[in-house]
Amino acid sequence: MSSTSANSGIDEKKYLAHHFQNMAQQNASGKLGMWLFLGQELLFFSGLFMAYFAARYFYPETFLDAHTYLDWKLGALNTVVLLTSSLTMALAVRGAQTNNNASLVMNLWLTIILAFVFLVVKYFEYTHKFDLGILPGSFYAGPEIVGQPNVFFGLYFVLTGMHGLHVVIGIGVLIWVALQAQKGVYNSVNHVFVENVGLYWHLVDLIWIFLFPLLYLVK
Amino acid sequence: MNTNETQSDIWRWMPDQMSTFASNVDGLFYFILILCVIFFTLIVGAMVYFVVKFRRRTDQDETPLIKGNHTIEIIWSVIPGILLIAIFTWGFVDWMKLGTVPPNALDVRVEGYKWAWSFVYPEGIVSGELVVPVGKPVKLTMSSKDVLHSFYVAEFRIKRDVLPGRYTVQWFEATDTGEHWVQCTEYCGTSHSKMIAKVKVVSQEEYDEWISTGGGMGDDVPLADLGKMLYEQRGCVACHSLDGSKVVGPTFKGLYGVERKFTDGTSAVADDNYLKTAILAPNDTVVEGFSPVMPSFQGQLNDRQISALIEFIKSVSQ
Amino acid sequence: MFLSQQRTNSAAADASGSEPSYLTAKRGLMSWLVTVDHKRIGLMYLVSVLFFFLVGGLFALAVRMELFSPAENYFSADTYNKLFTLHGAVMVFLVIIPSIPASLGNFFLPLMLGVKDVAFPKLNLLSFYIYVFGACFFLYTLVSGGLDTGWTFYTPYSSSSSETSVISSTFGAFVLGFSSILTGVNFIVTMHKMRAPGMTWTRMPLFLWSLYATSVIQVLATPVLAITLLLLIAERTLGIGIFDPAMGGDPVLYQHFFWFYSHPAVYIMILPGFGVISELITINSRKHIFGYKAVAISSVSIAVIGFLVWGHHMFVSGQSEFISVFFSFLTYAVGLPTAIKVFSWVATMYKGSITLTTPMWYALSFLFLFSIGGLTGLFLGALSVDVHLHDTYFVVAHFHYVMMGGTIIAFIGGIHHWWPKMTGKMYNSAMGNLGCFLTFVGFNVTFFSQFLMGSQGMPRRYYTYLEQYETLHVISTIGSQVLGLGLFVTLFCFIHSLMAGKKAGKNPWGGLSMEWETESPPIEHNFHGQPVCERGPYDYGK
Repeated sequence: MSSTSANSGIDEKKYLAHHFQNMAQQNASGKLGMWLFLGQELLFFSGLFMAYFAARYFYPETFLDAHTYLDWKLGALNTVVLLTSSLTMALAVRGAQTNNNASLVMNLWLTIILAFVFLVVKYFEYTHKFDLGILPGSFYAGPEIVGQPNVFFGLYFVLTGMHGLHVVIGIGVLIWVALQAQKGVYNSVNHVFVENVGLYWHLVDLIWIFLFPLLYLVK
Repeated sequence: MNTNETQSDIWRWMPDQMSTFASNVDGLFYFILILCVIFFTLIVGAMVYFVVKFRRRTDQDETPLIKGNHTIEIIWSVIPGILLIAIFTWGFVDWMKLGTVPPNALDVRVEGYKWAWSFVYPEGIVSGELVVPVGKPVKLTMSSKDVLHSFYVAEFRIKRDVLPGRYTVQWFEATDTGEHWVQCTEYCGTSHSKMIAKVKVVSQEEYDEWISTGGGMGDDVPLADLGKMLYEQRGCVACHSLDGSKVVGPTFKGLYGVERKFTDGTSAVADDNYLKTAILAPNDTVVEGFSPVMPSFQGQLNDRQISALIEFIKSVSQ
Repeated sequence: MFLSQQRTNSAAADASGSEPSYLTAKRGLMSWLVTVDHKRIGLMYLVSVLFFFLVGGLFALAVRMELFSPAENYFSADTYNKLFTLHGAVMVFLVIIPSIPASLGNFFLPLMLGVKDVAFPKLNLLSFYIYVFGACFFLYTLVSGGLDTGWTFYTPYSSSSSETSVISSTFGAFVLGFSSILTGVNFIVTMHKMRAPGMTWTRMPLFLWSLYATSVIQVLATPVLAITLLLLIAERTLGIGIFDPAMGGDPVLYQHFFWFYSHPAVYIMILPGFGVISELITINSRKHIFGYKAVAISSVSIAVIGFLVWGHHMFVSGQSEFISVFFSFLTYAVGLPTAIKVFSWVATMYKGSITLTTPMWYALSFLFLFSIGGLTGLFLGALSVDVHLHDTYFVVAHFHYVMMGGTIIAFIGGIHHWWPKMTGKMYNSAMGNLGCFLTFVGFNVTFFSQFLMGSQGMPRRYYTYLEQYETLHVISTIGSQVLGLGLFVTLFCFIHSLMAGKKAGKNPWGGLSMEWETESPPIEHNFHGQPVCERGPYDYGK
């Protein structure tokens, strides 16, 4: 095993933890760990989706009626925002892999800005709901809707809330990565952490792509 | 099992067989039991034999290298596999019988609440005891007023959860007269273990008699006696003691005619009108030191029964 | 004599003996609290788990005392309900689930693989602190009014009716889940990516195979518990109307959610126990395991099929009767690989050279007790018989034979087995055997009587009961005290060993797996240099 990477002349030893034999092993471990973590995330949200489908099965009319109180235009806007942020995230990873630190840093900050845009839109959506008296669960005091509107909006808040929490955690991690990147920590040898954050961010995006039609576009 | 024939008979597996399901269920139970004894003896017997026979004699003992044996492995996979399928099938067949209610079954509605059962007959009788005729299928349509309960009669080998907001159904046909216990088998809070009721299996004649006298609560029963029956059967007993001890609700001892202090700061004397309100709308005012957990008996008791309960409370107040 | 093959690389081997052990390499409290050494983390888990085992055990003794007679004896009904709930919740979430994987697994997985540490040492420390954080919520529950829902948190009782600290305890279980998930991720990655040179999959000790299967379940099932508990908290605080019918929800849906995790969790609890037993029997019989592949693959197939049988907890719950039929069938399908394991263990002893060390006594106890636990599962899987037995003491006895007679016995046996390696001390084997004997006898007296009362119709979670069950309850309570005594003798045996135990050699039992190649206790980085694996872990005999 060589201690310097063949093509870039970066010292591997600097990044190699004591219990790994080489960077290839360390990187592969990091990636597998992240995929497993994403697996558990997927099951976590599958649970929520199952709850959604069960409730929709119980109260199909409520879901048809209640979803009209969600603004699909804002939902679509947020979908575009998140998709774009996935693109900038992918570009950031590319930047790290190709030793293009400027691109890495810029794209990370772009991703963070887009994530904030998503939250701002979400904030306006939530406050508008609250103004209508559409509060979660038993606090529901909104418009008359057939069946059990508290169930639909309860799930709406739990689903989007859990997703929002993932966005917030993502922002925190992204800021940390961006600050590290500004110090020049990441390069073509040491980029697994950036890639893992990228994978996480794509998952957050993916979940929204499921949430959007399920909540905003019920038919 | 009758409550008095107890104690001596503890070294047994299944309780007495008192419904048409019982013998089939027990047949499968004992079939599995025999298989278990055989397999357990083989496993532990082989284990003990090997320990004795192949114990280490010197520290230089040589052991043969045996990595496995496909013939034996196939045998001990296939034979248990066949037995498992047999057990599954037997259980499945009887399960289907449990789920198929005969069309001529007698309808009884069962309501579970914290912490008692009430049984509603098509004739309008509401009873705290399940009285059924022998040799006739009985269909129970069950629901709960609050949390989950489960309706279990061991001698009938039947059990089904009782849920709020929907109906569950089960049926049975008693094969002999006698008294048994309904026990709640889904944990439901403080007095879960006191959520028991009697099942009385009687002859068709006795049953008809019971129905015609309004479930043993006809107009000829003295009020205080009727009150005592209601107290025991309708669940009051689970929360209100007669000896002054504090359970979930206030004791009935020394209750009548005494000033009551409520959680909202008001107070009132426990006279007939107060007691009536306390039965029909129990959570309007709650006595200090207690929680608003009692279900309303609005529509559950007629005027005579309410009067009977008040008379009973009066009689145990001294 | 089994150490004749020197596997460590020769240059580093010269250093043998001069390096301090992991216990003395660094000193001071802080060196423990911020350690990333898997061995120290494993020990911290071990101590925490044993502490909560003591707490949960005392709750159990209190429950048994109350049931000594059908009358209301020592506690009020509400206190009794809290006692049995806390016994269950503490034992399941704080003791059995983390028991073997987090303590023995953490300590020995890297040693058995021949590597320096798990893949993510910091994550490992984090998962320990998440465990501590979750445990704090349980401790808070204890002092803030307890919990009376039963460890299963069934709705709508838990969401609307109970007046106890449901939120802090469910949140505690939620937090503990993440500890479990991170441990699982760590183990899987370590086994996939970090095995020592020569350590092929089929040279992995079966303990590691069982940890692998366990980890898969931990990663894939635990998040569903997390979301279930989160929804339950949302139901209780916000009333979103998913589980409580009064608000438009469905209590049976809750049960599906709950058991989708909690049945696989049964295998999280028992599979590591299987792994330990495979080690104990081979090493003490000095024999190759009978059917290595069958035993290894059966762990994995149990893990897979285990995901599809959750509905057998719900035959009488009001779920569809036809669905119940499938669940019953699959339940028997998962029984078969378990049976194959038991047969293989017994066959391993054939023509062996069997020595009755304390760990071997535990392994034999396991075979006896787990056979009963497993076989009585046959009654409960049969649809019609389960209708009668569901939620009676028969079920209580069954899962105690599996969880305690299986997992806990394997856990204690495993501690005895690896104690010399972990501490560098031997223990008094007569004292160890006495503890095992009392535990075994006490356990059987306590729980076999419960099979009888259960099949006679004694429901579980009862504070008072019909007089006809009194004699059996008295027997059970007396047994529980013998059981408690046995466990205290065992605890004393360990303490005695720490204070006055003889020094242990590298390999007191004559094992072939790699943890026996290093010092007792091991040095900080486990091995002198990179060891190479040149044979299977069970290559005894000729």
